[in-house]
Amino acid sequence: MALAVQFNQVVKNYEDLQALKGVSFDVEEGAFFGLLGPNGAGKSTLINAMSGLVVPTSGNIQVQSYDVISDYRKTRRLLGLVPQELIADPFFSIKELLELQSGYFGMKGAEQKRWIGELLERLALSDKADANTSQLSGGMKRRVLIAMALVHKPKVLVLDEPTAGVDVDLRRTLWEFTKELHQQGHTIILTTHYLEEAEALCDRVAIMQKGQIKALDDTQTLLSKHPYRYLRVNVTNPKVDLIAPLAERLVEKESNGFVFQVDKTSSMTETLGLMEKSGLDVTDVSSRDATLEEVFLDLTSEGGV
Amino acid sequence: MFNFTGFWALFIKEVRRFYSVLVQTVFAPVVSTLLYLLVFGQVIASQIETYSGLSYSQFLIPGLVMMAILQNAFANTSSSLIQSKMHGNLTFVLLSPISPFEFYLAFVAASIVRGLAVGLGILVVGAIWFDLTWLEPLWIILFAILSAAMMGGLGMLAGIVSEKYDHLAAFQNFIIMPLTFLSGVFYSIHALPEFWQQASHFNPFFYMVDGFRYGFFQQSDVSIYLSLTVTTVFVVLVSAINLILLNKGVKIRQ
Repeated sequence: MALAVQFNQVVKNYEDLQALKGVSFDVEEGAFFGLLGPNGAGKSTLINAMSGLVVPTSGNIQVQSYDVISDYRKTRRLLGLVPQELIADPFFSIKELLELQSGYFGMKGAEQKRWIGELLERLALSDKADANTSQLSGGMKRRVLIAMALVHKPKVLVLDEPTAGVDVDLRRTLWEFTKELHQQGHTIILTTHYLEEAEALCDRVAIMQKGQIKALDDTQTLLSKHPYRYLRVNVTNPKVDLIAPLAERLVEKESNGFVFQVDKTSSMTETLGLMEKSGLDVTDVSSRDATLEEVFLDLTSEGGV
Repeated sequence: MFNFTGFWALFIKEVRRFYSVLVQTVFAPVVSTLLYLLVFGQVIASQIETYSGLSYSQFLIPGLVMMAILQNAFANTSSSLIQSKMHGNLTFVLLSPISPFEFYLAFVAASIVRGLAVGLGILVVGAIWFDLTWLEPLWIILFAILSAAMMGGLGMLAGIVSEKYDHLAAFQNFIIMPLTFLSGVFYSIHALPEFWQQASHFNPFFYMVDGFRYGFFQQSDVSIYLSLTVTTVFVVLVSAINLILLNKGVKIRQ
């Protein structure tokens, strides 16, 4: 499979902070790739370095084998970035901004105008085309940023926290839209705080922490490699004191039961035995694999696996 | 290869930016500069020595025109750049395949347009009121464009290094304003004491005003070729510094 993006030992130093500590990984063409990590992990710095908004201290980044520094004209045509911050330009309307942005990429004419019209239509911005961007709601500004990123028809779309601060409806709409773009052949790179979002959309994820990659794998593999499964137990006597070996496995206490984290290799009979020894009156037991959020928390907590 | 469409789009964007607030960016500077003409031209005219055969107002108009060109060309790039940095919309340009040279050229070209628009406004009003001569129009045009380019470049430099409006205001009020006021806009340097005459030669704006005024009257404090050389050297120097900073992404691509 051809590579859409290659990060090779990317380092970014600020005065008193090393934001990226030699990050290396590849994103395959056509992937829906999730870049996850807590605040300050270096996700945006990495994405901005790829897009040309940040100059890396050392290392290199290639987009479809073109270097983002020496071949920046080619790489910027291949990339479309939806930045995290909601940006507005008080001097121009949405349509004017899209036309100017097309011009920066050397695109003009009837075909480009038709594409701008299609983008406005697809992102439900047609009736606001002549509105000034500073007068728009947060959700609309987000959609404008997506239109701006797509105006030059990039092969790789990078979305930096695209659903942060948007309502549930718009979040679902954006999910559908990005899925559609992915099906059309775009490579999608997504950073998000919503791990449910990454789990639903991304076929491959990298988890970053403190400027380094902590884990990188196919989403399903990452989930299945997690050493625990989770037991939800409903009981009639939730106030009972759990015996020590069982209490150690408790991750959540609910009004009518508990959630236990259990080693996948451990015996279920043994766990049920511990429940019996604690005197729990069990009415229901269900077992599930870890969610991406649990994998993420496990990896990013101090001393995590 | 030069991305002409990209350059042109950015140039048009910059021109439309100041055109959309024309009262603030063109009409207001024209009116405030004409107030200088009214006050200085009428009130203190008799106390200031100029060139022979010229009234003080005739002498003053080219100086005021050049001062307006310098200040407005500077204001255009510097304010546009810092506003774009503050609002974050500079990101749109930085994500595009526009090269540092095309970026620089587009911003400076727009600053020349604004500088010339303000200068022309003052010149038209001045020419209606007073009897102006245009003995060397090519020198007038050349100095107007070169000086606006130099100040557009200086404005970009200020916009790049400034991290907030306060920094820009310091640049404008402590460097640009004193240098323009002390550049011979209001007087011939021969009317100054010896020390200040010599000091004026270290002010690059003096050569721009002097060369521009030569185009009107064929009279100047120093040789027109010296003024042309100094102005050109500063255009090249300021452009080179800007291009180095833009290529490295200093304070822009952090």
